[in-house]
Amino acid sequence: MSVYARRRLANALVMSLSVVATAFGLLWLILVLWTLITNGISAITPALFTQMTPPPGNSGGLLNAIAGSVAMTLIATLIGTPTGILAGTFLAEYSRGSRFGEVVRFINDILLSAPSIIVGLFVYEIMVVPMGHFSAWAGAVALAIIVIPVVVRTTEDMLDLVPNTLREAATALGAPRWKVIVMISYRAAIQGMLTGVMLAVARIAGETAPLLFTALNNQFWNGNFNAPMANLPVVIFQFAMSPYADWQTLAWGGALLITVTVLCLNIGARLLASWSTFKS
Amino acid sequence: MAAETAGIARISAIRGRAGALGDVVFRAMTFIFALLVLLMLGGVMVSLIIGAWPALRTFGFFSFIVTEAWNPVTKEFGALAPIYGTLVTSAIAMLVGIPVAFGIAVFITEICPIWLKRPLATMIELLAAIPSIIYGIWGLFVFAPFVQQYIQPAIIDTLGNIPGIGALFAGPPLGIGVLTAGFILAIMVLPFISSIMRDVFETVPAMLKESAYGLGATRGEVVWRIVVPFTRAGVIGGIMLGLGRALGETMAVTFVIGNAHRISASILQPGTTISAALANEFTEADSSLYLSSLIALGLILFIITFIVLAFAKIMLLELEKQAGN
Repeated sequence: MSVYARRRLANALVMSLSVVATAFGLLWLILVLWTLITNGISAITPALFTQMTPPPGNSGGLLNAIAGSVAMTLIATLIGTPTGILAGTFLAEYSRGSRFGEVVRFINDILLSAPSIIVGLFVYEIMVVPMGHFSAWAGAVALAIIVIPVVVRTTEDMLDLVPNTLREAATALGAPRWKVIVMISYRAAIQGMLTGVMLAVARIAGETAPLLFTALNNQFWNGNFNAPMANLPVVIFQFAMSPYADWQTLAWGGALLITVTVLCLNIGARLLASWSTFKS
Repeated sequence: MAAETAGIARISAIRGRAGALGDVVFRAMTFIFALLVLLMLGGVMVSLIIGAWPALRTFGFFSFIVTEAWNPVTKEFGALAPIYGTLVTSAIAMLVGIPVAFGIAVFITEICPIWLKRPLATMIELLAAIPSIIYGIWGLFVFAPFVQQYIQPAIIDTLGNIPGIGALFAGPPLGIGVLTAGFILAIMVLPFISSIMRDVFETVPAMLKESAYGLGATRGEVVWRIVVPFTRAGVIGGIMLGLGRALGETMAVTFVIGNAHRISASILQPGTTISAALANEFTEADSSLYLSSLIALGLILFIITFIVLAFAKIMLLELEKQAGN
């Protein structure tokens, strides 16, 4: 075989392998979504949204778990978003090129990928142990700690995209620095920052590990944030691992619900990002 | 007239003061929250060390790591089995995940038509958006039975008979086990690795690639000889980031690994990982030494992932510096 033919063959091989790899990756996405839909769709009934989690062997719904998840996600977002935005603002607006900024950025990126179960352990140590009991507050704080690095990162990235001429123009008009940031930089970067918040919400909506030792679970309706609270991921974990068919069906229903929510948030965030004023 | 000027001067003085005060307050506020990010990491470290202290003092750090026993009744705890499980499942995930992620990145950056690029990249990234508990429930009810029925018997009949490495693939087909967990981890870290590889592949200057094409290089040769050497640091960074994810992944592994505190020669048998042990046993721990041993496991996991992720970050910064020049 000539050198030329061998090179062409090697090329064809590499190229077709990469096509196979891509098909392989997509295959799993389709398989996972397909099984979720076929198994979960029958569990999506009005009862799922109106009834409480049942004892084994009875029919019921996931109302308390859905409400608990929504409440904790909301609180976590309310804590995490301002914190993340302010920290991100410091990195983008006040610490360009500074040593401290570099360290914070480095640590933030590590927190971004740190195992979520470690966050659960941390909150267990600082909240559950001193308070003496599991609580929805602890769950919300654990989720907030996962939100913060995501929001810090996107806020910084988006503020970095705002052209300096905008800042200079505002400063030339006599605006103090904080006004320039709040009224010019934020306004210019708002879509990108919202994208970050949406991605963070999508990430915590399905987080299970940090809730296992913080919010725990609760079979009943609970409006008290100082007590364990039901939440979808932990209910799915418990129900799926159980031997009861009713529970397993509910787990599939909950799994489909979470996945649809998370994927919608994700795709929504991407659309929002593609409309934003400045692009990377 | 004079009064008017004085008035303006006074107003601008007040406004100037308000602006200056606003600046100080706003800057201090952002600084405090940036500091909070640092404190969070420090807090995690300190709280884990405090929580793990009783166990580490009882068993000693080194012997805790090398002891395999895990017996809540006799209160004997060692981290070897979970550490082994964590490392082996992650190794399997990397072995399967890296080539596939590389192939996807090459396809998206070099072959795929432009109109297909974005939808395809988005679909691959959606793999990362699916919560890990979903992979867990899917793995337990769909994937593990499939593996048990079709894949494991085939592996046992072929690879299991090879002398030497046969022991790695021995035993009854259970479906759940180390290999299944590693494979699901591979699917989960795929999107992380491939999206970083894609990003760094895009940073290769078009001129470099065009020069190679001009000399008659094929696409495969351009990828191997130009793109990969140019982005080596970034590729390693991406792989390390994926590894960091695989090491700490909890729910998906908990569902399919079988939760057995032992080290089996065969990767088809059940095992456990640090995160799976934590998820399963934490709320059931009935003694403070048991609890402290679990927290010590968490501390070990944190240290391992911290090192891996810090290395990843340094590699990626390296590439950024290089691209900046």
